Amino acid sequence: MRFDSYQTQGFRDEMFDDAGVVRPEARLLLDTVESLEEGQLLQCQRAAERLLLQMGITFNVYGDSAGAERIFPFDLIPRIVRAEEWAWIERGLKQRIHALNEFIDDIYHGQKILKDKIIPEEVIHSAAFYRPQCVGINPPRRIWCHITGTDLVRHSDGCIYVLEDNLRVPSGVSYVLENRDLMKRTFPQVFEGSRVRPVDDYPSNLLEMLESIAPRGAADKPTVVLLTPGMYNSAYFEHSFLAQQMGIQLVEGRDLEVQDDTVWMRTTKGLRKVDVIYRRIDDDFLDPLVFREDSLLGVPGLVGAYRAGKVALANAPGNGVADDKVVYAYVPDMIRYYEGEDPILLNVPTFLCWREQDRQHVLGNLETLVVKAANEAGGYGMLVGPHSTAEQRQEFAARIAANPRNYIAQPTLALSRVPTLVDDHFEGRHVDLRPYILYGREINVLPGGLTRVALRKGSLVVNSSQGGGSKDTWVLAASSEGVL
Amino acid sequence: MPENPPLLSRVADSVYWMARYIERAENVARFIGVNLNLQLDLPMEPAQQWQPLIDTSGDAHEFKRRYGEATQASVIEFLTYDPANTNSIASCLRAARENARSVRETISSEMWAQVNSMYLDMQAQRRLPDSGQSAEFFRAIRLGCHLFQGITDATMSHSEAWHFVRMGRKLERADKTSRILDVKYFILLPSARVVGTPYDDIHWSAVLKSVSGFGMYRRKHGRILPRDIVDFLLMDADFPRSVRFCIRCADESLHAITGSPMGSFGYPSEQVMGLLRAELDFTSVDRILGGGLHEYLDALQVKMNTLDNSLLNDFVTRLPASQTQSQTQTAGAHAAD
Repeated sequence: MRFDSYQTQGFRDEMFDDAGVVRPEARLLLDTVESLEEGQLLQCQRAAERLLLQMGITFNVYGDSAGAERIFPFDLIPRIVRAEEWAWIERGLKQRIHALNEFIDDIYHGQKILKDKIIPEEVIHSAAFYRPQCVGINPPRRIWCHITGTDLVRHSDGCIYVLEDNLRVPSGVSYVLENRDLMKRTFPQVFEGSRVRPVDDYPSNLLEMLESIAPRGAADKPTVVLLTPGMYNSAYFEHSFLAQQMGIQLVEGRDLEVQDDTVWMRTTKGLRKVDVIYRRIDDDFLDPLVFREDSLLGVPGLVGAYRAGKVALANAPGNGVADDKVVYAYVPDMIRYYEGEDPILLNVPTFLCWREQDRQHVLGNLETLVVKAANEAGGYGMLVGPHSTAEQRQEFAARIAANPRNYIAQPTLALSRVPTLVDDHFEGRHVDLRPYILYGREINVLPGGLTRVALRKGSLVVNSSQGGGSKDTWVLAASSEGVL
Repeated sequence: MPENPPLLSRVADSVYWMARYIERAENVARFIGVNLNLQLDLPMEPAQQWQPLIDTSGDAHEFKRRYGEATQASVIEFLTYDPANTNSIASCLRAARENARSVRETISSEMWAQVNSMYLDMQAQRRLPDSGQSAEFFRAIRLGCHLFQGITDATMSHSEAWHFVRMGRKLERADKTSRILDVKYFILLPSARVVGTPYDDIHWSAVLKSVSGFGMYRRKHGRILPRDIVDFLLMDADFPRSVRFCIRCADESLHAITGSPMGSFGYPSEQVMGLLRAELDFTSVDRILGGGLHEYLDALQVKMNTLDNSLLNDFVTRLPASQTQSQTQTAGAHAAD
């Protein structure tokens, strides 16, 4: 299959430059793909899809009782990131996560940043994920965001922007590892001669990070568990995959109990103490005594044990305060405030509807803007102006007027594209990139991350629940670095 | 040396039931396969031919209520596809997969891939193939289950969780062997006058084939005699589907789990299992037949149900009762026939 007829159609393309010439870092990939026999690529693609189903690498779709499980579609053409660009992204992410962590710690302690009037106090107290129950808690090593999945996009100006920080319980990293594995199994030729940095050490790094936050007094080898809401959760595959890869217990709330501020798991030989919990349950459901009373997923007393320093939780409850899209708009200010540096990565310019002037601008320009609810994720609660109907715009205008605090708007970004297999040829499809950052003894960024691709023609929505798929992400090693 | 990690009670319960459901699916597939074959040799009234399969499954009442008369089509539908029948092959594979899915981090990825493939194949094939291929269809299910067991033994560490798998598999197998013997013996005994006729031979051969025991029986006993068949299926020391053999394996696994020395007990379930094992070790076929086979098998079923409950109490009930209910109800439905 050839790229001869491939068109960038005026979009920024990750594989070809604006003149339609293949970028140097993608040259080898292009040659390999074009040297394949007719039909071979399609065969690889079908083999990959079959494998996904057989391996049960699926996600659950809420509100769909018939199919219930679907594969997250995978496209064989990888997204390539140059070594120098990646080094810069990595620096930017480390700076950003460090500042965000300082911010969260500050919010639940002295609130210096509010007193210094960098961020208005009412923004924090009206943030849906601000948790007054967490005030004064000192998590081990003062770390609040142990695992982050920042969403990055590249706009038509060629710049990379941070779209969201995803500090609470980011998912998707299992697909990064499985996509690479799938690529190697179905399409090994493309790796020959390319200098792709491996991603396989993520589970080891994750485990090391989790062990590093064990409370004082834990055994040499602390007992780390992964807490899942259970097999009907949309990310259940990832929970079991990560537990398996790290060799730790996958537990549900009903497997745990708290006695004397200590967390125990129920085993065939009685109760065993738990030191660290990688929880994949939202704050609200963690502990019915502290958060939602009706939660059946959590463990009564868990937050008490955490507060008493007898168990560590990753990520720390309450860190979602920085996931609020209004708070997001202040991240560049946070970086200047806590780090004394200018931000390396750019924020998308954001209009805050609670500001009178911004709101007027937003309401007057709904056709060109993307409007987002401040506390929704997964592509829900969103209006993509240029793709919207008058009726939808009217609906959003009403929602904004009713609750301006809850809405922000951003210019519609022309997300960059990557060639994607469509039937028997390539077409450009929009992508984003979610790198994964671990914060333990130090900050560690997984090279690459999850490239999500909007498979529907023209669509800008990459979420798995809305017709998104994924691609392998290749971060190339610098020529001076060795690749194993 | 690092210790083996503790096993969650919920996980122990799930791997145990995963194994039971796979074994159950295999047995149902074999029963149907043998019956399809039998009918080629020995045409009978459909009800006469197919009702015993329903009786063996323990769901006769449910079947009668929903399907009425036993025909080849209705019995195969009920035992193979019926989603409302928790013991149909499709339901068993679904339940096995659900259990496996909830413990993917504990079982090997190869085990998961196999149980998932079987489930997906079953989903894809919602109708029975033409009669020409139906024997092949049931054979494929049987082989898939064998493959799962082989993969389990070859890829999963033989530590505590594996012993729960093995215990589930063996207890289910013991249950199924005793059931088929009970049903068939009950039907065949009245026809004592045809002893020695080819028909009698064919019937009893079918019983043996239902538990894959024909060849092994022949090697040991030669002639087809009901007494020897009872002896073989209940008490043979070496045949892997005899009740005694299964209980012995389950007992070994139970002791591996608890760490109690063989021949002693520390948990109530070990005592129940030990009594059952000792009885099978030291009784004789003539004693059993003298007291009535049906009565004996009935009592055996009761003991196995007690054992199942006792295992649940010893290792799992730390869970709130509501969460173990669905599967134990299935076992309960069995006990009720």
